[in-house]
Amino acid sequence: MEHLLDPYALLVEPLIGYAFMRRALVACLALAMGSGPIGVFLVLRRMSLMGDAMSHAVLPGAAIGFIFAGLSLGAMSAGGLIAGLTVALLAGITSRTTILREDASLAGFYLASLALGVLLVSIYGSAIDLLHVLFGSILAVDDEGLLFVAAVASITLTTLALIYRPLVAECFDPTFLRSVGARGSLIHLIFLVLVVLNLVAGFQALGTLMAVGLMMLPAAAARFWSDSVAGCIAFATGCAMASGVIGLLVSYHFDLPSGPAIVLTAAVAYLASIVFGSRAGLLARYLRRPHFHDPEEVKS
Amino acid sequence: MTPASDGAITLENVIVTYRRLPAVHHLSGTFAAGSLTAIAGPNGAGKSTLLKTIAGLLTPSEGRVLRGNLNATDIAYLPQLPDIDRSFPISVAETVMLGAWKRIGAFGEVDSRERHRVGEALACVNLLGYAGAPIAALSAGQWQRVLFARAIVQEAPVLLLDEPFAGLDEDTQGHLISLVHEWHAQKRTVIVVLHDTDFIRRHFPETLLLARELVAWGPTGEVLTQENLGRARTIMAKWARSDDMPHHHHG
Repeated sequence: MEHLLDPYALLVEPLIGYAFMRRALVACLALAMGSGPIGVFLVLRRMSLMGDAMSHAVLPGAAIGFIFAGLSLGAMSAGGLIAGLTVALLAGITSRTTILREDASLAGFYLASLALGVLLVSIYGSAIDLLHVLFGSILAVDDEGLLFVAAVASITLTTLALIYRPLVAECFDPTFLRSVGARGSLIHLIFLVLVVLNLVAGFQALGTLMAVGLMMLPAAAARFWSDSVAGCIAFATGCAMASGVIGLLVSYHFDLPSGPAIVLTAAVAYLASIVFGSRAGLLARYLRRPHFHDPEEVKS
Repeated sequence: MTPASDGAITLENVIVTYRRLPAVHHLSGTFAAGSLTAIAGPNGAGKSTLLKTIAGLLTPSEGRVLRGNLNATDIAYLPQLPDIDRSFPISVAETVMLGAWKRIGAFGEVDSRERHRVGEALACVNLLGYAGAPIAALSAGQWQRVLFARAIVQEAPVLLLDEPFAGLDEDTQGHLISLVHEWHAQKRTVIVVLHDTDFIRRHFPETLLLARELVAWGPTGEVLTQENLGRARTIMAKWARSDDMPHHHHG
């Protein structure tokens, strides 16, 4: 374990010394740049669990892609994208036209989608294929996968920059936006497409289950450090990137699976934020100095 | 800035239903441009529903709301309990800046004129020192002042307010009602849902008394009579009985 004492061998060499680690590093950083901001908006929309639901919803699409084209990234991603968007749209339409609220209608559709996916995989694939879809492998990301993840990050950041103001307004006060005649539901739809895109980008690297972790944990932690949307986004992105790097190093040195190592690193950041966060973190709340009760006290 | 010809709103036999039950029934009449009107009535009389319909957020199942040449952005609407998460990471100034939507929209630049407008609006509601404060730090009264400041920045010829003084201390209430009088003096059309009849008598020249159907509409002194208020209660009691019946037929 002598190499643990050498900072270069400890922190740098593992990440640049091997082609598969270099690709994993770039994939992680690109994923973090897209997923971080998307997670912040999910938290702000009070839809934190939606990412989780959507990550399950992409399964049958990915399975159908797999059945037709084998372990092809393009086919599985396209299938996942179509399945995810279909579930999101059906849930959105149901909640807008019936008495059911969006969370309940989404739960209904994503559970159906998940069951269909498991059924398809168990008929046409093997348990190992299912595991691959569920847990992915960032160490096995190839050039094609890397391009896809980078493209999704670019599309996400460009689109968010374009719709930033209406999206924040729609999250904050949808009634106001409607009352001034803006197309709030169009903005919502564009945002849903971005959510699904990022989950699909994440699933081949981290798997459908772990991709949500990189999206939601940094975003939830961010609220403890900033009182502005932009501040939350900056923190979440930085936190997701750091989690990716640290998680990869931990997985390399201790020979652990990379996906869970990355998400657990983000979880540590989340727990630390709850306790130490400067905005309403537990310590900030209980260590707050008592205020003055009498104007005379201030003078003395 | 607000021509007198703009700002009249006419209701033509408006019916708004909720699950086949009428919430507002066969309502016709005109809010004259520049009028200051209170919408009064018992609980469940359809006051908020009517206001939302005028704002364009609900569509009448029959009849029409005629808004002349008013656009959606010409009507500032302040709901009773805005569906806003008060822990949202946004500052007071940013919230008030939303009022500039008509002029800057989704992509327009926030220039120094808009910043100046926001500063003036905050000064109007005595919150000048709070521009950078997160909205989570505000009291209920301060929060309502922020929403009024946003309405000021909207510079709308029509303002619709739903119970804007409920639960506020007397100071804030007095301050905000003086803003309403100022809007009235500027010849804007102001429609306010209120339940306190004494308050209406003191501050509102016109009143629309609603009990799902129109009871009376006109000068406040002629509308808020004991006879009319009694009639409103009787009509509501009748509706309350029919609400419980499983098979209500409209007719």
